[in-house]
Amino acid sequence: MATADSTPGEDTQVMKGTSAVAKGVAAIDPDVISAYPITPQTGVVEKLSEIVADGDIDSEFIKVDSEFNAASTCIGASAAGARAFSATSSQGLKLMSEPLFTAAGHRLPIVMAVANRSLSGPLSIWADHTDCFAERDGGMMQFHAEDVQEAIDHVLLSFKVAEQVNLPALSNFDGFILTHVQEPANIPTEAEVSEFLPPRDPAYTLDPSDPATMGAYARPEHWTEARYEVQAALEDARDVWTDAVEEFDDVFGRDYTEYDGMIDTYRADDAETVIVALGSICGTIRGVIDEMRADGELVGLVRPRVHRPFPAEQLRDALSGAHQVAVLTKENSQGFESALASEIKSALYHAEHQPPMKTYILGMAGRDVTSEDIKAIVADAETATDVMDFSESESWPQLREDIISGGI
Amino acid sequence: MSSELQEQDYTDEIDHEGELWNAGHRACAGCGPANAMKYITEAAGENTIIAQPTGCMEVVSTPYPESAWGVSYIHNIFENAASVASGIEAAYQAFDRRDPDHLDVADEDDLNIIAVGGDGATADIGFRALSGMMERGHDVTYIMYDNEAYMNTGVQRSSQTPYGAETTTSPHGEASVGNDTNKKDMASIAAAHGVDYVATASISNPHDFKQKIETALERDGPKFLHVYAPCPVGWGYDSSKTVELARLAVETGLFPVFEMEGGEITNIRKVSDRKPIEEFVKYQKRFSHLVGEDGDEEGLAELQAWIDGRAEDLGIDA
Ligand SMILES: Cc1ncc(C[n+]2csc(CCOP(=O)(O)OP(=O)(O)O)c2C)c(N)n1
Ligand code: SF4
Repeated sequence: MATADSTPGEDTQVMKGTSAVAKGVAAIDPDVISAYPITPQTGVVEKLSEIVADGDIDSEFIKVDSEFNAASTCIGASAAGARAFSATSSQGLKLMSEPLFTAAGHRLPIVMAVANRSLSGPLSIWADHTDCFAERDGGMMQFHAEDVQEAIDHVLLSFKVAEQVNLPALSNFDGFILTHVQEPANIPTEAEVSEFLPPRDPAYTLDPSDPATMGAYARPEHWTEARYEVQAALEDARDVWTDAVEEFDDVFGRDYTEYDGMIDTYRADDAETVIVALGSICGTIRGVIDEMRADGELVGLVRPRVHRPFPAEQLRDALSGAHQVAVLTKENSQGFESALASEIKSALYHAEHQPPMKTYILGMAGRDVTSEDIKAIVADAETATDVMDFSESESWPQLREDIISGGI
Repeated sequence: MSSELQEQDYTDEIDHEGELWNAGHRACAGCGPANAMKYITEAAGENTIIAQPTGCMEVVSTPYPESAWGVSYIHNIFENAASVASGIEAAYQAFDRRDPDHLDVADEDDLNIIAVGGDGATADIGFRALSGMMERGHDVTYIMYDNEAYMNTGVQRSSQTPYGAETTTSPHGEASVGNDTNKKDMASIAAAHGVDYVATASISNPHDFKQKIETALERDGPKFLHVYAPCPVGWGYDSSKTVELARLAVETGLFPVFEMEGGEITNIRKVSDRKPIEEFVKYQKRFSHLVGEDGDEEGLAELQAWIDGRAEDLGIDA
C-alpha cells in the first residue's frame, strides 16, 4: 500500500472488502441506496441491506429488480436532490450503461462502487477492467483503488467531488482481489464524514415549488454545448479532486496528495523502467520492484488513481525520465490495442520526452499475475525502441497458445 | 373531412394563463395525447412532479430551451420513467424523515409524483420498470397514454396496437392482416401486481379521466391509469375527429372504461347498443384494408370477435 497506514491499530478492523466499502457508505449515510446483486459486488448490497435492516442507518433502500433500474432510480433520487449510491459490476454495469450516460448529461452526482469484472462472453465472474473501460466515454469520473482502504476512501472522495462538479462517479475496486480479501481498514466515523462531506446542496432539483424541466431534448444547435459542459466539468474536477484529497488528509490523516492526487508512484523518481498499471495488481508490482531494486535494477511504478479525468499532465511529468515504459493492463479495446496504452501514448504525443513503450495485456478475467510474470515483462520492456511494429509493441504474455491452436 | 367545430374561431376565448401544460408545445393538431397532458396537469395541480419517458409527448414538450411544463418535470430515457419516479418518491421519503422542511410546498402529503408514458414506453420496453415500481409499492401514479403505436419513431406496432391495424412494422400484405395480436391487458396486469387502484379512461370524457386522476392521487401506493388517446398522424384520420374516435373506441367496446379496486372491477361504463367495430375502423387509414368491397372481412371479424369476447368477460353490454 502506498501511503495509508496498514498496521491494524485502534481504529482499524480487519474485514472483507465488500463489507468495508458498505460500512464506508453507511458512514456517509446516503439518502437513497439502490443496488442489485452481482458477483463479486454482491457483498456490498448485502451488507448495506443488513445495516439498513438493523436500523443503523435510515437511508431509503430500494429493492430494485435490476441494475438498469438501480441506475434509473438513482437518477430520479439524485434529480430530486438526494445523495444517491449504487454498486455493481460487469454485466450489471453494462445494463446500467444507457441511464448512466444520461446521468452525466443531466449532471447528477450519483456515486457507484464498481467491483471490476470481465464481461461476457465467455461468461466469467473474475476480475479485470473490461467493464469500467466500456463506460469510459460517458462523462463519469473514474477512480481506481489499489487496496480496501482506498476503495472506502475513494467512495468518500467521489461524493465530495461529484457533488461539486455535478457529475456521476465510478469508484472502481478489483473484483475478488479486493472485494473478497480480508484487509485491515479504517472505517470513517460519522463525525469525520460530516466534517468532510457536508449535506448535498444542489443548485436545482425537482422541487415543485420551483418547477424546472430536466432532461429536455436538445436539437443540433444546443446538444454540443451540453456535452462540452460535461467536458469542462471534468476539467474542473481535476482541481476539485486535488483540493479534496488535501482536505481528506487533514480530516482522515491519509495522504493521497502525490501528483495532485491524480497518480500514485513507487520508486519512480530515478527509475529507468517505469511500469504503469491500475488497481490491485500494483501490490504485486511493488514487491517485484523491491526485489529488482535490491539487484540494482532501476524499476519504478506509476499508478493512475484517477482515470477520468485522465491524468495526462501528471503522467507526462512522472514519465519524463523513463528510459522505457511497460503498460500492464487488464483490458483491451478489441480491434485495436489496450485503451489505457492508447491513452498514455496520446498523453505523451505533445510531450518533450516520449519514452519507448510496450503494452502487456494480462490478468484478464482473473488470471493470476505472478511476480515472475512481472519480472519477465520488465526484462522484455528493456527491448522497447522508438520505432516498433504493432506485434512488437503489444503482447498478451499469458496467452496459452496450446488452447487456441485447438487443444483444451 | 371538415367539421363545423373546426370552422369556429375560439382564439378570443382561449386563456392559457395559469395552465401547467402550456400552449406552444409542438404536438400535431388534434393530438389525443396532448389533451391527456392537459387534463393530467389540470387534475394534479402545481404540487406535482412528472417523470416521462422518451416519446411524442416528451419530444413535443421539451425542445430546449423551451418547455411546455409548468410543473416540475424530468425526462430520462425511453424505458425507465417508472424507475425514475420510484427514485424521486424514495428521495422524498428520505427527506420526509431527515429534512421535513425540504419542500416549500404547504404540505408534503400534497405532493403528486406522476409517471406518464406512451404505450410503447409502458407496456413494452418499460414494462420491467413499471412492474418493479408497482411491486415495490411506490407512492406513484403511473399514467399510460395509449395511441396504439410508437408514434415518435414513425408509427411502429406496440403491444397496444389493435388486431388488423397497419403500422410500419406490421404492414398489411398478401401474407399479413396487419398487426396480428390483440391489445395487451395492462389494467389486469397492474391489478395482478396488487395495485389497489387501476382505471381506464378515454380523452373523450375529460371529466371522467380527471376524476380518476384525482381519485388515484388521493390514495397511497402505486396507481395505474390507462388512457385512450388517438393520434391523427399515426392512424390516418382527419385531426378534427380525435375526440369522436376516442369515444367510438369506447362505444364499440374496443376500449372498455372501468375502475378496479383491490383487483376487482368496481365500476364499469356500460355500453348500450355497442357499435360494430367497423364504425370505428372505417375512418382510419391504418384499417383501410379491412373495409370496403375488397376489404379483409375475416380480419375485421377476428377483431370483432376479440372485442365481443372481452365485452362478455367484462360485462360491458348494457
Ligand atoms: C432504448 C431505446 N430504443 C428505442 C428508442 C427509440 N424510441 C424513442 S421513442 C419510441 C417510441 C415511443 O412510443 P410510445 O411510448 O408509444 O410513445 P409515443 O411516441 O407513441 O407517444 C422509440 C421506439 C429509444 N429512444 N431508446
Ligand atoms: S404523432 Fe400523434 S401522438 Fe405524436 S404529437 Fe402527433 S398527433 Fe400527437
